[in-house]
Amino acid sequence: MPYRYHDDIATADIAFEAWGATLEELFKTAADAETIRCTETVPCFLENTALDLLLFDFLGELIFHKDAGRLLLRPKELSLTEEDGAWELAAELCGEAIDASRHPLNVDVKAVTLHRFSLEQEPDGTWRAMVVLDI
Amino acid sequence: MTIPRQLRKVREGVWELPLGYKPGMLVPARIFGSDRLIAGMDDGVFEQVSNVACLPGILDYAFCMPDGHWGYGFPIGGVAAMDPRTGVISPGGIGFDINCGMRLVLTSLAEEEVTPRLHELVNRLFARIPTGVGCQGIPEDLERTEEEGCFAGADATTVSNKAIERGISQLGTLGSGNHYCEIQVVREENIHDQRLARAFGLTIPNQVVVMFHCGSRGFGHQVATDYLQLFLKVMGAKYGISVDDRELACAPFQSPEGQAYFAAMKCAVNLAFANRQVILHRIREVFSETFGRDPFDLGMRMVYDVAHNTAKLERHPVKGKVCEVLVHRKGATRSLGPGAAELPACYRETGQPVIIGGSMETGSYLLAGLGSSSATFATTAHGSGRTMSRHQAKKLYRGQKLQQEMEQRGIYVRTDSWGGLAEEAGAAYKDIDEVAAATETAGLSRRVARLVPIGNIKG
Repeated sequence: MPYRYHDDIATADIAFEAWGATLEELFKTAADAETIRCTETVPCFLENTALDLLLFDFLGELIFHKDAGRLLLRPKELSLTEEDGAWELAAELCGEAIDASRHPLNVDVKAVTLHRFSLEQEPDGTWRAMVVLDI
Repeated sequence: MTIPRQLRKVREGVWELPLGYKPGMLVPARIFGSDRLIAGMDDGVFEQVSNVACLPGILDYAFCMPDGHWGYGFPIGGVAAMDPRTGVISPGGIGFDINCGMRLVLTSLAEEEVTPRLHELVNRLFARIPTGVGCQGIPEDLERTEEEGCFAGADATTVSNKAIERGISQLGTLGSGNHYCEIQVVREENIHDQRLARAFGLTIPNQVVVMFHCGSRGFGHQVATDYLQLFLKVMGAKYGISVDDRELACAPFQSPEGQAYFAAMKCAVNLAFANRQVILHRIREVFSETFGRDPFDLGMRMVYDVAHNTAKLERHPVKGKVCEVLVHRKGATRSLGPGAAELPACYRETGQPVIIGGSMETGSYLLAGLGSSSATFATTAHGSGRTMSRHQAKKLYRGQKLQQEMEQRGIYVRTDSWGGLAEEAGAAYKDIDEVAAATETAGLSRRVARLVPIGNIKG
């Protein structure tokens, strides 16, 4: 399982760590949810000069769609490119409308926070992210 | 939990971290609480309140209330007043859920009248509150809402379409997490101040009241996220401000970005007031249907509506001179004392009603503001404050079992999520009695009554 929850970081909220062999894999893992079926697709394009803030923006997009369209989405395709210090993300998100009978949503996520937020490459090449969600 | 060696007891219930505690502190930090509450404070409180003390333009002290715990940027319970001419505004001092707040509603019903119909009432509230839109109140509802239900200066052009899209379908909904609507009883033995209780409308034995807790939903969360992103871009590059924690991202209050956030935040504040008004309407409808009587015949008047996640321009004494300051309150409640001009006539003599939400198992408090709260820019606590992580609570408690146990103790609770219910177990929170008493010891507010839950719908 390329992610795990951290109990000791956020008393009132949820913290998790995700990792991947490549940046794309990490972005997909951090945003994934296995119980979502793909019945609709939504394109997503983002850019940011800071790679970690690009992940922040990307996770924020999923929260936006959850409230605005009542859509639970997960990344299907995702690519990252860098040009002149600016990172670009192009993704195809897929998912379905919230169905309370199949999606046990314990709590609603308000926002991705920057508390201890990090995105780093380890000496062995693995990319690792720490994310705390405000709920 | 490690209490910093430099923490000094100023007097009973008041503690101070001196300027030298951390490089860059512009003012000392003051933390309120009994010895036991201070011993139980998590490390984040000391770390974060001293970070707040480093923010440009901060006046007097960075404060943390007795229900304080670790938050984002500011601790929950964090309070900071900035000089509006030279200081900053920080979304981290307000919270993602802008104008999260509490509303308390009276009824003229006694517990004996409600108990036989409690299940019916709670089930109807549960069915009605999360869905649909519609509302008609009375002018008094507005008068009994902080800022009369509308912060002046809200500017919709400063709000993104994303925020509007997120919020538009959520008006009249509670949300989740620690948000709830609760039927409570005021028992004789739980009244601390008879005179103030009567003035706040608590006049009959075992009186039933309704308390609810919610905020600006996705609209406010998106406003906070949008401006956090903007402030990160301009804070250092344009204004040369650096902070230790990116959640403390800020901009000068007088800058275009600072003013835009202030105007957008006010939109979210006003949306949250409207949200609570819609929910109040639903509660009145449900009681009216259940008892076959007009809601006003059932005495369903508001006690008050307080915001506990805001930044506001207010007038307070600073070093003996009254001036305009920008007060950030994050998980902290305004607590105006008797005589304050901002209060409606009905509360001018008593001081402002302050509504403190506790856990669904243990109870809540109605307090009254005190003049001595001017020491904290008229601010007191907002709730009981978490001490146990959600994950830990879910390991220790099972939602269904908790519901059964609570029912045996006379509290009927409905929820969409068993896991979410387990996370809100009473033991995951600080001792509300101790928090309420600590605000009184520190001179921030006075206890009026303790409110005991009998029915709860959890978001």
